[in-house]
Amino acid sequence: MGLELYLDLLSQPCRAVYIFAKKIGVPFELRIVELLKGQHCSQEFIQVNPLRKVPVLKDGDFTLAESVAILLYLSRKYEAPDHWYPQDLQACARVDEYLAWQHTSLRRSCSMVLWQKMMLPQFLGERVPPEALASTMAELERCLQLLEDKFLKDDDFLAGPRISVADLVAITELMHPVSAGCSVFQTRPKLAAWQQRVEEEVGTGLFQEAHEVVLKAKDLPPVDIAMKDQLKPLVEVLL
Amino acid sequence: MGLELFLDLLSQPCRAVYIFARKNSIPFELRPVELLKGQHVKGFLPAGSQQVVPLLKDGDFVLHQSAAILIYLSCKYQVADHWYPADLQARARVHEYLGWHADFIRGTFGVCLWTQVLAPLIGAPVPEEKVTRNRAAVDSALQQLEEQVLGDKAFLAGPQLTLADLLALEELMQVVALGRDVFAGRPRLAAWRGRVEAALGADLCREARGPILNILEQAAGRQLPQPPAEFRHRMLLRLSRIP
Repeated sequence: MGLELYLDLLSQPCRAVYIFAKKIGVPFELRIVELLKGQHCSQEFIQVNPLRKVPVLKDGDFTLAESVAILLYLSRKYEAPDHWYPQDLQACARVDEYLAWQHTSLRRSCSMVLWQKMMLPQFLGERVPPEALASTMAELERCLQLLEDKFLKDDDFLAGPRISVADLVAITELMHPVSAGCSVFQTRPKLAAWQQRVEEEVGTGLFQEAHEVVLKAKDLPPVDIAMKDQLKPLVEVLL
Repeated sequence: MGLELFLDLLSQPCRAVYIFARKNSIPFELRPVELLKGQHVKGFLPAGSQQVVPLLKDGDFVLHQSAAILIYLSCKYQVADHWYPADLQARARVHEYLGWHADFIRGTFGVCLWTQVLAPLIGAPVPEEKVTRNRAAVDSALQQLEEQVLGDKAFLAGPQLTLADLLALEELMQVVALGRDVFAGRPRLAAWRGRVEAALGADLCREARGPILNILEQAAGRQLPQPPAEFRHRMLLRLSRIP
C-alpha cells in the first residue's frame, strides 16, 4: 500500500494538503472522509485516527495528523522545490511564523464565518444570533488586515518573493468565507492580486478542482434528522 | 547588537522561549516588556512589528510566534538534536503536536489569568458561564492530552524531550499558577511534568515562573499597575473573545 491521504475537501486544511500533494507530484491514494455524513466517526476511520480529524496521512506504518505536519513531511520526503519550505534559516522562519499565527487566528475566523453565515442556518437549520455573526465578521476583518499589513506587506507572497506552503494554507482558508458569499477579495485589491498570483502558481485547474466541494456547499440540502444529532457537537463549538 | 528576546514572563509562550534560550546557553539580551503596563503597545517593541510577545530580533530580522522562534533558535544555535529532531518522522511528530496544541491548548489555558486577574483589574468581570465553559474546555484538553496525546510515551512527541513539551508545560503551569493543580488525579501527566522539569532544571523553571507564581498575591495586595488606556481597549477585545 502506497501513501494514503484521508481528506474531506470541505475542510480548509485538507484542501491545502490536496493541492500541495498534487502540485509536487506525490503519488497517493485519496481516501475521502465525508464529515457531513459523519464518516469521521466510523469504526473504520477511528482505527486510522482515534481523534476523528482530517486530514490524515498514512505512509506504511506511519500515520500523521495535522495539516502543517503533513505539508512539511511531504515537502521534505518528496523533495519539493526549495521555495515551498526553504532551507534558509530566515526564509523558513517566515513560513513557520505564518503557519503558527494562522492556526489560532485566521483559521478559526474563516471556519466560524462559513458555519455561522451559511452552514448552521442552511444546512443544520440552527439560528445564529445576528450579534454573534457580526462579531465573527469583525474578527475576520481584523485577521485580513493583519494578513495584508504584517504578512503580505509589499511582497508577492506571504513569506517573501516566492510561493510557499504558507500561501496554500492561507488561500484555502480564505476560500471558506468566499464560499459563504463574503466578498473577501473585492474590497481588498492587494489580497486580490496575491490570490491571482497564488492561483496562477498552483494552476487554475488544480485550484478549482480542490475547491469544487466547498464552493458547492451553498447548494447542499438541509441535513437529515439522523445526522443532525451527530453533528450537534460541531454546533456547540461554532456558535 | 546581538540577539534580543522581547519577553514578558507572565506569558506562557515567553517562558518557553526564555527557558529554552537559557537552557541551551544561547547568548541574548533580555528585553523585558510589561504587558500590564501596556508596554507592547507603547513603543517597547521594534517599530512596524506586530505588537505581541514573544518577539525575537536578530540584527534586522524580527520574528514573532513562539513555535517559529524556538525552531529558529534550535537551528541557528545547533542545539541538541532531541529538541527539534532532524529525523523526518520524529520532526513530523513535533509539528503534529504543535497543530493539536494550537486547537486545544492555546487560547484556553491562558484564560484563567484574564478571568481571575486582568478582567477584575480593569473592572470588566467575565460572566460566570464563560468561566465554567473554560474550565470544562481545560478539563477536556487535559484528558485528551494525557490519554491520547501523551499516552504511553515519555514525552509528547516521542521518547525524547522536544520543543513541544516546553510549550505545553508552560501552558499547564499558567493554570497551576492561578490556583488549580491540573496534575492532581492525572498521574501520567504528573510523571511527564517531572521528567520535563528534571531535564530543564528546577532552578531555571522557578526563575522563569517567578512573576506568574506571584501574580495572585500581587493582585490581592493591589500591587498590580493599572493598565493604560491604549491597552484597555485591546484587553476588552480579548475578553470578548472568550467563548
